[in-house]
Amino acid sequence: MSKTAIIIKREYLIRVRKKSFIVMTILGPILMAALWIVPFLIATMTKDKHDVEVYDQTGIFTEVFRDGSEFRFHPVQGDLDSLKKAFIQSGHDALVYIPRTELSVPTTAIIYSLRQPGMNVKSEIRDRMKKRVEGLKLLNKGIDPEILESVKTGIKVMTFKLDESGSEKEGFAEVTTGLGLVAGVITYFMLFMFGGQVMRSVIEEKTSRIVEVIVSSVKPVQLMLGKMIGVGLVGLTQFLLWVVLTIGIVGGFQLIYGDKLQQGIPAAAQTMAQTPATGITAATLEEATSDNNTMLRVLEAIHSIDFGLMIGSFLFYFIGGYLLYASLFAAMGSAVENEQDSQQFILPVTLPLIIAFFSAGYILNYPDGALSVWLSMIPLTSPVVMMIRIAFGVPLWQLAISIALLFATVTLTTWLGARIYRTGILMYGKKTTWKELWKWMKYNS
Amino acid sequence: MLIRATEVVKRYSGHTALDRVSIEVPEGKVFGLLGPNGAGKTTLIRILNQITGPDEGAVWFDNQKLNSIHIGQIGYLPEERGLYRKMKVGEQALYLAMLKGVPQAEATRRLKKWFAKFEIESWWNKKAEELSKGMQQKLQFIVTVVHQPRLLIFDEPFSGFDPINANLLKEEMLNLKREGTTVILSTHNMNSVEELCDNIALINQSRKVLDGTVNGIRQQYSRKVFEVEAEGTLHGLSSTIDELGFKLINSSDLHNRIQFTIGATPGQATTQVLQKLASVIPVVAFRELLPSMEEIFIEAVNKSRNP
Repeated sequence: MSKTAIIIKREYLIRVRKKSFIVMTILGPILMAALWIVPFLIATMTKDKHDVEVYDQTGIFTEVFRDGSEFRFHPVQGDLDSLKKAFIQSGHDALVYIPRTELSVPTTAIIYSLRQPGMNVKSEIRDRMKKRVEGLKLLNKGIDPEILESVKTGIKVMTFKLDESGSEKEGFAEVTTGLGLVAGVITYFMLFMFGGQVMRSVIEEKTSRIVEVIVSSVKPVQLMLGKMIGVGLVGLTQFLLWVVLTIGIVGGFQLIYGDKLQQGIPAAAQTMAQTPATGITAATLEEATSDNNTMLRVLEAIHSIDFGLMIGSFLFYFIGGYLLYASLFAAMGSAVENEQDSQQFILPVTLPLIIAFFSAGYILNYPDGALSVWLSMIPLTSPVVMMIRIAFGVPLWQLAISIALLFATVTLTTWLGARIYRTGILMYGKKTTWKELWKWMKYNS
Repeated sequence: MLIRATEVVKRYSGHTALDRVSIEVPEGKVFGLLGPNGAGKTTLIRILNQITGPDEGAVWFDNQKLNSIHIGQIGYLPEERGLYRKMKVGEQALYLAMLKGVPQAEATRRLKKWFAKFEIESWWNKKAEELSKGMQQKLQFIVTVVHQPRLLIFDEPFSGFDPINANLLKEEMLNLKREGTTVILSTHNMNSVEELCDNIALINQSRKVLDGTVNGIRQQYSRKVFEVEAEGTLHGLSSTIDELGFKLINSSDLHNRIQFTIGATPGQATTQVLQKLASVIPVVAFRELLPSMEEIFIEAVNKSRNP
């Protein structure tokens, strides 16, 4: 086994055996899968209905409180005190009391309950009363509420991606945006996390003084490359395990609950349709069904995304971006004796990455804007920015130039990093300045 | 000569760490590399270890130009010794041995032997940070010698060692020397130099100021002071010594005998001094008081500072 391979093996094994690695590897996919699964679970879940007693002294809200998907209303009459007593016995969730007022339209209601009622109970009752009162007011002013309803309009905008061959694919901007953001954020955090690990490891070897023993056995550049590759492989392992486990969990879930999922969507549509079935308006019905459409279209949009391309690009950009930043981090780590001192070097090095991260909002809005294209070409920002853009579709030539530039820069920074590193790891005592780093770079071995 | 360094120069921006330094280390001997702090010893050691290269001059290992093949034939214990704190002792030793080119199975076998010898087998699966300082030093020694190098380089090995471990280290060093290993010992502990070293080189302010065998150097720096034990009394001793052309430095009366120290003129042979003395005084014991390495060290360093 070559010496570099021995170093890679050590750097890799000490990390994948760590508890934190195992926890992260398992938690990641669970979170990812949860993002996928929870919305379906919510849609398919049969909700508990709230039992609400209504004591309406005004008598104008009777038709408003009709049973819905989440509520069962029980009109009650009588003396408030005895109603309260009866309510405590009944086991119902809430008692709504609408007192008679001197005003032409009542605007107050009191909710009694044993436990603090949920937000949804309060807002549901408020909404229902509000609609009724508004309707009454409009009537008083001589406007038929039906006219108002007919004015309400829902606009649907559908997006289609055309490709060169002319075939069209339905896109869904929200999904693409979300996916681009997730891809960018994952790239950003992985570059920071694993680049940072390289730096910490370099500092550890320097401060524990083990490094002098090691560089009497191997060349400093072997140690640096071995460390960078070993840690990078840990990152790749983690990512691949995330992909495999996420697919496994989602797939397993679909296998077990597949039927339910198929029913889930119509079921969700039904529950939503129930509300308008109580006869409030026709427009809400349309809204509800289009909501259901949305869900189906989100699913379709997700399926239409080229995950192969995304994962493949991620591998390229993670490897390139990681090597770029890890070589810089290794050089910075070699120049300091503890992590506190590293701050002065870290910020200038990571600034481009942070800029890329904070440009995400702009890039998501203008994926083909000049700034987006430039940032996706500059190697210090391209790994994060291109990963955001890829979800929206990127011309192949841009991808090729960006990756070529990235790997050319990696060669350069690794060479420069190694020159600083081999001097830095053996320097103790005084605080390093940028000027000194420049001098180290020019030393011959 | 196992190591021959000729006219080695190493410059860092602003100062010269080594200025045309030449040393020769004979095989199978303990070679002392002496000098005050900052003289350039560590730089020379790093060049021998190929951690850094000379700007000028050359280093030869067994008549071959020093190259990466020799890395596995050198064992190095730096002055600032470290271990991976979180790594298990056995794994760590194995890793360092494999980096020196020992195959895994062979390294494991040898390490087990050394661990048994130092009675630290039970530490194999402990983390390095759980070890006491003394235990860490044993481990560091083991990983320095496990690949059976022809040349061992110890940089200030006795600093920070407790007396028991320092003794153990000396013993093991002499054991390895008997087996033919060459040792370079960088130190400013002069007692250990007299005790262990066959040859030395003294470096001061980036230049070599003195080298040779320990005995030869002590002879060279001899001030011709002799300690004599004789029969008789102190009465008249002073004038007798004066007549012989020596100088009486001090004297004392032992039971039935006397003991005194005399100074002869430089350049006088020891045998001549003894012959002269014996012709007038019944000498029982006679020996030259050679300067200690510490005295020579200080003298040579001062001389090189103000020539």
